[in-house]
Amino acid sequence: MHRVAVTGIGVICALGRTADDFCRALREGRSGIAPIQSADCATLRFRNGAEVIGYDYHPHFDDKRADFIDRFAQFAVIAAREAVGDAGIEWTPELRESSAIITGSCVGGQATEDIGFYNVYKMGQTRVHPLTIPKTMANAGASHISMDFGITGPSYTISTACSSATHAIGQAFWMVRSGMAPLAITGGSEAPFSFGILKAWEALRVVSPDTCRPFSKDRSGMILGEGGAMLVLEPLEAARARGARIHAEIVGFGMSSDACHITQPSADGAARAMRAAVCDAHLMPEAIGYINAHGTGTQANDVTETSAVRTVFGPHAERLAVSSTKSMHGHALGAAGAIEAMAAILALRDGFLPPTANFTAPDPDCDLDVVPNTSRPAEVEYALSNSFAFGGLNAVLAFRR
Amino acid sequence: MSNELIQRVRTVIANTQRIPVEKITVDSSFQELGIDSMDGVNILFALENEFDITIPDEAAKQIRDVRQVIEGVEKLIGGGTADAAPVTS
Repeated sequence: MHRVAVTGIGVICALGRTADDFCRALREGRSGIAPIQSADCATLRFRNGAEVIGYDYHPHFDDKRADFIDRFAQFAVIAAREAVGDAGIEWTPELRESSAIITGSCVGGQATEDIGFYNVYKMGQTRVHPLTIPKTMANAGASHISMDFGITGPSYTISTACSSATHAIGQAFWMVRSGMAPLAITGGSEAPFSFGILKAWEALRVVSPDTCRPFSKDRSGMILGEGGAMLVLEPLEAARARGARIHAEIVGFGMSSDACHITQPSADGAARAMRAAVCDAHLMPEAIGYINAHGTGTQANDVTETSAVRTVFGPHAERLAVSSTKSMHGHALGAAGAIEAMAAILALRDGFLPPTANFTAPDPDCDLDVVPNTSRPAEVEYALSNSFAFGGLNAVLAFRR
Repeated sequence: MSNELIQRVRTVIANTQRIPVEKITVDSSFQELGIDSMDGVNILFALENEFDITIPDEAAKQIRDVRQVIEGVEKLIGGGTADAAPVTS
């Protein structure tokens, strides 16, 4: 069994195009939520999202390569390049052959599919573009990362809605911990801003008409986000031996399923996943100092998550900081767990608690220290990152500074 | 609140929830009928199609029983707005 170090980080999302930009925005408590630009929202009941505004595939991809890669998979590759560059990996044939790539995505390239289906159903076209299938498949992110670096080891994609990236990172963590892979690139990516997808979210009546206010009394729902975040994981001793910078350690991973309802969350399922992560890390709950909450800003999630935190941590919940950075980078679905893992890692590394932005008024049913609006300096030793998916599939990661 | 409207709303709820229409009265609460939040969203979708109306999210959140559904639909097909203000932002 190896200890597992995070030696590389990369992110592109509404809060920035690099990990440094992202970290700065978290510290400043700046929200990336703005009017949606990449889809026409005139007939939608919501207008705002957390996009990578002004994104252009140049200079990341030439025209020919970009034609083959949906935006969600482009984000995966961009984040992976930054993470691998940050880790300073020197590839050898052996390392390429044994490294793993585990990515998460919820909707994959459905935006590409949406255009193709619009063309045949609505525009009367008789053909759909032949790249629709290879651009839409949820594993395209992992595939393009493997091609980008010539990595030929085990690679696959996990799709568990809003927990996708957390399940992916957890799987990669266990693979590196067990010695099955000497290196893993892992995280998630998502690009859901396509009209058909937005209409489907509208129908669920969970998207806020203005902004995301997790744990606030007047919260009005979630805000969709997009982006990609990737980590490079290596055995701690090997990372130290080569003099790599260690951002943080992953020390635990816990999973559970609610077996309850396809959309409503369960406090019991959430609590069991948090307990499992703490237990996998061989910690007592009292060791945890910060939780990056699932914190969607919906009525149901925030109350349920608060109750789950109280169940697991008891009196220690009073001393815990629990913030939702979705208030700033939106809910990036299958990328959310990776972006939020990154936020937890940066919080530990740089000694601060990212805030819950847009916070207006306390809700007695969400009575935790949610770090309202302003980040705080804090030297925390251990942190959790929570992901609770539709379908009741829960995943929680534990990190150590 | 016309009889015809009541019948149509009861039928929509019965078909969506897959329960006998006889079980549904004007005074039934969603809780009594076993209608949870996702079921409620499904019923609103079916009502929007049945009556060719748009039900705002804010109004939707407040609905707890069949009477509120019928009254809300009545306002919307009458050209008025539902109980809560339509979403403006």
